[in-house]
Amino acid sequence: MSYIYIVPIELEDDSYLEPLERFVFQTFHLRTKKKEFKINLKDAFDPSRVQYNSSLILRQLIIKPPLDAEKILGVLDVDLFIPILTFVFGEAQLNGIGAAVSSHRLHHRYYGLPENSGATTDRLLKEAVHELGHTFGLIHCTQPKCVMNSSTYVENIDQKPAELCSLCQKNLKIEKNDTISKGFPFSWWSKKR
Amino acid sequence: MKPEEIGILIVDDEPSVRDSLYQWFKDDGYRVDTAADAASALKKLQENPWDIILLDIKMPGMDGIELQNRIKQIDKNIVTIIITAYASVDTAIQALKDGAFDYVTKPIDPDDLSKLIRNAIDKRRLVTENIQLRQQIEDLLLPDEVVGESSSIKKVMEMVNTVAKTDSTVMILGESGTGKELIARAIHSRSSRRYFPIITINCGAYPEGLLESELFGHEKGAFTGAMYRRRGKLEMADKGTLFLDEIGNISEKMQMDLLRVIETKSFARLGGDKTVDVDFRVISATNKDLEKAIKEGSFREDLYYRLNVFSIKIPPLRERRSDIPLLTRYFLSKYAQSMNKSVTDFSPQVMEMFTGYDWPGNIREVRNVVERAMVVAQGTQIQLVDISFPFPPSATPSGGASLEEVEKDQIMKILNQTNGNIAQAAEILKISRLTLYNKIEKYHLKR
Repeated sequence: MSYIYIVPIELEDDSYLEPLERFVFQTFHLRTKKKEFKINLKDAFDPSRVQYNSSLILRQLIIKPPLDAEKILGVLDVDLFIPILTFVFGEAQLNGIGAAVSSHRLHHRYYGLPENSGATTDRLLKEAVHELGHTFGLIHCTQPKCVMNSSTYVENIDQKPAELCSLCQKNLKIEKNDTISKGFPFSWWSKKR
Repeated sequence: MKPEEIGILIVDDEPSVRDSLYQWFKDDGYRVDTAADAASALKKLQENPWDIILLDIKMPGMDGIELQNRIKQIDKNIVTIIITAYASVDTAIQALKDGAFDYVTKPIDPDDLSKLIRNAIDKRRLVTENIQLRQQIEDLLLPDEVVGESSSIKKVMEMVNTVAKTDSTVMILGESGTGKELIARAIHSRSSRRYFPIITINCGAYPEGLLESELFGHEKGAFTGAMYRRRGKLEMADKGTLFLDEIGNISEKMQMDLLRVIETKSFARLGGDKTVDVDFRVISATNKDLEKAIKEGSFREDLYYRLNVFSIKIPPLRERRSDIPLLTRYFLSKYAQSMNKSVTDFSPQVMEMFTGYDWPGNIREVRNVVERAMVVAQGTQIQLVDISFPFPPSATPSGGASLEEVEKDQIMKILNQTNGNIAQAAEILKISRLTLYNKIEKYHLKR
């Protein structure tokens, strides 16, 4: 049995992990397993940018993957960057095992607005599925009604749905043996819609 | 363009920048590769085609600006984007002057990078489309009816190619129906003015007053019936070519007006006083002997020399008989296609008649005869009964009536028919090769 590992990394608030697990299962039909890994965030910190290098975090995340790990998703709440860009919402290895996503720039408060935890969770679910989609071989989708549509600012995330379009679902590179179609309560997301 | 059809090359000496950009573009589905320095970038440029190249300015060895210059020498249409950690106005100006599409500083906002790449792809697509469309236009513009393989028509085409590159006036001389307008169009389509119009005016077809109005246009109320302002052919030919057919037929006043326009490249519309500046090339054509007309005082010498910087004489068809089979078959296939007929060839008797006929109406006559034959033809071959000449071949050969003239004419005809093949010609004429050589010598028929 293969799992998608959900790895919380120094989270102040882990309340959105449960809906995240459910939605990841609903999308990819692979069971999830929540587990903490030994990650040293300080090694990824860039004092000149006051941000964390997501590539270095990803490297630590996949250094010793568990044998039953199909994919590993690191969940953070620090500000991530890759060297060429000012920031990223997350990062993933295309056709690889690892992905990381951060809620830091997904909060309303980051943009000077009153906090809305529901909106943050929605955004995080979308970004998590988006980054995991890359690990399953999906590239950015040109369809605005697809979660794989590229988002370079937070309003983009709000505009797109959390689901994959039919073409991206078809292109998902998942071993059918590993998938299960039943056995997980999906009530949370359907209630949210 | 689909993302996988777009190639992006990243040139940066910092591995982290290369890797992060590589991953970013890979997620978009582009074909991506990286190079750590100029030398390896130039190598990759030879291995694969690239649409967009992102270049770091500061690299060990050759810097980004110099590399960009080398890239532009290889393919000036590659879109280059300069990325740098140390922005300076001087380098930015230099990069843009040298043809960079944009200049950005690291780190880049993800949204800006996405927009930048989208714009760069749009530019690349437009450039590619532009090149393709120009090629398609060139193919369409090339006149396809200059048919012939004889040395005389080849010489004409060589002259066309030579003069097309210049902006000189050209005078095309030739009998009626030899394809003077076609040659004018061939010159225009090979010239730098080809994307602008070629305006033809048949000077012989208009009475004087009307020709003036056709050429110069008129203002509203210039004469009775001039209800609107109208642009003349001179204005329409701006940036393009003005083809004056039958130039030998214009009046003295018109000759003077035309000379003034050609010299000053400006004129006023009829009934107006505003000067209109125009830029066109003049090609003229005539079947008249203008030098004789000058001597007789009916054509201005100064206009003649102004129009005749370069002259091309198109030989009549009877002087290039070897082209007759090619020409007739060309029109045959053209009309068979347009009339949707399954006629594929002429009977040997028809072809023999064609090659022996003088074609006084030249190519125009060939076209008409073949078109008419195609209309009436049944089956897959055009037969003698299908042929009707507007000027039936006379019993008297064109050369004259004396025995010597008849003999000379017949030998010339057969030599043309056999494309100068002595053995074949001697066999057809039923004389020995030596006799034929002697007669060629006697009648000065050497090619």
